[in-house]
Amino acid sequence: MAKKPTRKNDDIGEDIRLALYRTQQEVRQVEKRAYDLFLQNMIKGTSHLCIGQEAIAAGFGVAMKPGDWSFCTYRGHGHTLARGASMTGVLGELMGRDCGLLGGKGGSMHLTDVTKGAMGSYAIIGAHLPIAMGAAWKAQYKKTGEVSVCFFGDGTTNIGAFHEAVSMSAVWKLPVVFVCENNLYMEYTAIGDVTPVKNPAADRASAYGLPSIIVDGNDADAVYRVAQEAFAKARAGDGPSLIECKTYRHHGHSRADPGKYRPDAEVKEWIAKDPIPFYRQRMLDFGISEEAIKTIEDDVAKAVNAATEESKNAPPPSEDLILKDVWADGGWAWRN
Amino acid sequence: MAELTYRDAVAQGIAQEMERDEDVVFLGEDIGAAGGVFKATVGLLDQFGPTRVRDTPIAEQAILGTAMGAAMVGLKPIAEIMFSDFFAVCWDIVANEIAKTRYMTNGQVSLPLVIRTANGGGLRFGAQHSQSIENWAMMIPGLKVVAPSSPADVKGLLAAAIRDPDPVIFFEHKALYPVKGEVPDGEYVDKLGEAKVLVQGDDLTIVALANMVPRAVEAAQRLKDEHGIHATVVDLRSLVPLDTQTIFREVSKTGRLFTVEENPRLCGWGAEISSLVSEELFWDLDAPITRITTPHIPLPAADHLEDMTIPSVDRITDRILKSLG
Ligand SMILES: Cc1ncc(C[n+]2csc(CCOP(=O)(O)OP(=O)(O)O)c2C)c(N)n1
Ligand SMILES: [Mg+2]
Repeated sequence: MAKKPTRKNDDIGEDIRLALYRTQQEVRQVEKRAYDLFLQNMIKGTSHLCIGQEAIAAGFGVAMKPGDWSFCTYRGHGHTLARGASMTGVLGELMGRDCGLLGGKGGSMHLTDVTKGAMGSYAIIGAHLPIAMGAAWKAQYKKTGEVSVCFFGDGTTNIGAFHEAVSMSAVWKLPVVFVCENNLYMEYTAIGDVTPVKNPAADRASAYGLPSIIVDGNDADAVYRVAQEAFAKARAGDGPSLIECKTYRHHGHSRADPGKYRPDAEVKEWIAKDPIPFYRQRMLDFGISEEAIKTIEDDVAKAVNAATEESKNAPPPSEDLILKDVWADGGWAWRN
Repeated sequence: MAELTYRDAVAQGIAQEMERDEDVVFLGEDIGAAGGVFKATVGLLDQFGPTRVRDTPIAEQAILGTAMGAAMVGLKPIAEIMFSDFFAVCWDIVANEIAKTRYMTNGQVSLPLVIRTANGGGLRFGAQHSQSIENWAMMIPGLKVVAPSSPADVKGLLAAAIRDPDPVIFFEHKALYPVKGEVPDGEYVDKLGEAKVLVQGDDLTIVALANMVPRAVEAAQRLKDEHGIHATVVDLRSLVPLDTQTIFREVSKTGRLFTVEENPRLCGWGAEISSLVSEELFWDLDAPITRITTPHIPLPAADHLEDMTIPSVDRITDRILKSLG
């Protein structure tokens, strides 16, 4: 029989656990707000919510050190927040405001905060796996000990760049950690219908001489542990890891998608495995007080409200930005 | 000054920059132990070791993605794409990622990197190993595009490209690798975005790039010797930034402009120059602008056919004579 969890046999500890919960709450509440703002037509364009997948952003985000680099996809609001980017920066960017992380020039799919090591959100499937390798190469060459972490979806395991990147990282023994968030769908197609193996990332690992790693992506503790192991391996010079996290997105692929191609029973099953109530109960089991938990939830709600107001009141980006920053000199000139 | 081949100038340019700046790193297929398929990088592995001069698998997206990621965090990578035709398998990283990331991130990211590649025809390699794709690169906002025609320019412009804080696509012409020329000794750095006037004449102006430059120079010589016609030849050297001032100055002196382009005709770089000159220098022109290009076809392989296809000294001379009437 499994031991009842107690503080004594807890390898994670209360501080980390509170951080994991706070991050999950931040991501969830910002994403919910993004959804509301979209319905109010205050967020234009597209956006890809990660509601249901927060434990992955939290587990890795909390395990990363400040100098580490993370690279994510268009479904990257959570990963960007988990590195410490400001909610106003994120919501402001989604709303196309001056206060956005990218001054309104990137939008929902490209959130980046280099000051926090959030090295960008990439919207062309697979592109950022090789890019994450480059940062890892620097850490390896300069022997500075950072890791480079790259998040992507199950669908991404079928594009060439995934295979090029995992293969070459293994050959070069780079300190890079590839994290596949298997939410069972690539856009509107079930991943099993278009993938020759059952576990899209884990079953490919052996082709690159890497161990097959599967983790419950809805359990922030499990994600945190696997992240710690992969980071230790990377920092020790023992090369890359490829980790498959099983998870589910509660919403459709992007904002306009009601997700009707998914069987009701499947949706129900996964909503029941929502990482946030699950983790809340785990904290109570570990003796963390209801009051401490509630304080986090309320703090986050207040912060999200404040960021929403700040973004709503912010001006649109200055038109000067249009012709700025094509080049490092700040300009756009292509001729004299 | 020492006499060097164009290919040796590549290795010398890279070595010069790797020596002075330990953030400069180099990666690509067969570049290290093998010294490059065109032998343009011989000796670099021995001099700088396998962490800085790094052979890769056949993985062009991984090569360019790695270069980009390394540049994002402060290295100054040089990546080699063996044949420029292979840009087609990694164009996402070039056109969507490298070219746009500074702009999209509102200037958070700098990408001081160079992608070197062997461009152009003349070696009878057929349609997938001979293309001149400088115009592909020119049309993407966010990329600088350089194409030297001489060993000295290879060394100086490569050094300038490596020091430049922006991404530069550096087109080496594969037919020029064996060509020799005087190259300044010691540290030598040129400037991006400056065209050079190689021949001065009063009757007409020829603007050329890369391997079309020596052909334009030879055509100018022939026009002078055989017909008493005096041509100016401008070596563009860089398409982005484009030195329109030098072009305008030289065209306004002669009133006649000929572009000599190896890229296939449609949307070749000469079309942009022709458009600029028509818009901004129309009243200085004495005759319509003439573009001499490779026809809009994939390149054939046989020597006889390839020679008929890419602008030759004969074709350049004949076309100019025809225009002059
Ligand atoms: C190269 C490329 N092909 C197709 C698309 C369109 N597209 C955007 S997201 C997506 C699905 C990706 O699925 P997955 O990797 O599982 O990520 P998820 O959206 O589930 O997080 C597709 C096909 C794209 N952006 N890039
Ligand atoms: Mg998916």
